[in-house]
Amino acid sequence: MGNGTSIGRVRGLGSAHGGSHHWLLQRFTAIGNIILVGWLVFSLLSLPSLSYLTVRDWLAAPFTATMMGLLVLNTVWHARLGVQVMLEDYVHEHGNKFAVLAALNLLAFGAAAFGLVCVIRLALGGA
Amino acid sequence: MAQASPNRKARPLSPHLQIWRWGPGMFTSILHRATGNALAFAGIGTLLCWLGSLASGPEAYAAFMEQASSWYGLVVLAGISWSFFNHLCSGLRHLVLDIGAGYELENNNRWAALSPVIGLVLTALFWAAILHH
Repeated sequence: MGNGTSIGRVRGLGSAHGGSHHWLLQRFTAIGNIILVGWLVFSLLSLPSLSYLTVRDWLAAPFTATMMGLLVLNTVWHARLGVQVMLEDYVHEHGNKFAVLAALNLLAFGAAAFGLVCVIRLALGGA
Repeated sequence: MAQASPNRKARPLSPHLQIWRWGPGMFTSILHRATGNALAFAGIGTLLCWLGSLASGPEAYAAFMEQASSWYGLVVLAGISWSFFNHLCSGLRHLVLDIGAGYELENNNRWAALSPVIGLVLTALFWAAILHH
């Protein structure tokens, strides 16, 4: 693929009209997810039971709470970037695209905030 | 139909799924997007329900576990775990492709076909470990 004409380059950026930064962040968060979700999978498999007290005490430990907080942030961030690409591909009308991306941002911030509040409450012994 | 039309909007802009001959890369790419979006909504949704129930106390956690261990809960959990391992494998393939490796036709097709298989095997191992536990 050549460099094309200048107007072709402007028009050729795809449905998102940009994206190097997005692309890189998707990779950074992907690597984070391998570590964090991998940790969650092995931790759940190695817990002696899934009873309330066992899981609560495990989550209340500082290291676990830190990892779980990072997991919430990293998975939500990665998901938000990925869902954005899906929406940009399938929602064609500009107004609708703006609306669904705005809704996606609210959902992502809401999900991250809720997850962090839960982790912090457990870590500080509130539950 | 074949004549040039003054209405340019009627022309197909880019060929979609039905135009291409199926190959493993296409299948794995579609699965990557489907499982990724399933994880974004069902996966993170379930994770937050679990954390929320833990943070709300023993009764809420018991209610969550009751739903999670019902037949439909297990179907959802199996789907989420398969989505994760599938997305992990095709995602690792993407990271390899991102550094510019694995584009030779035979090699590319092989790993495109293998990554969903490895995803299934990892899902089976995960549930075997749970049931063994």
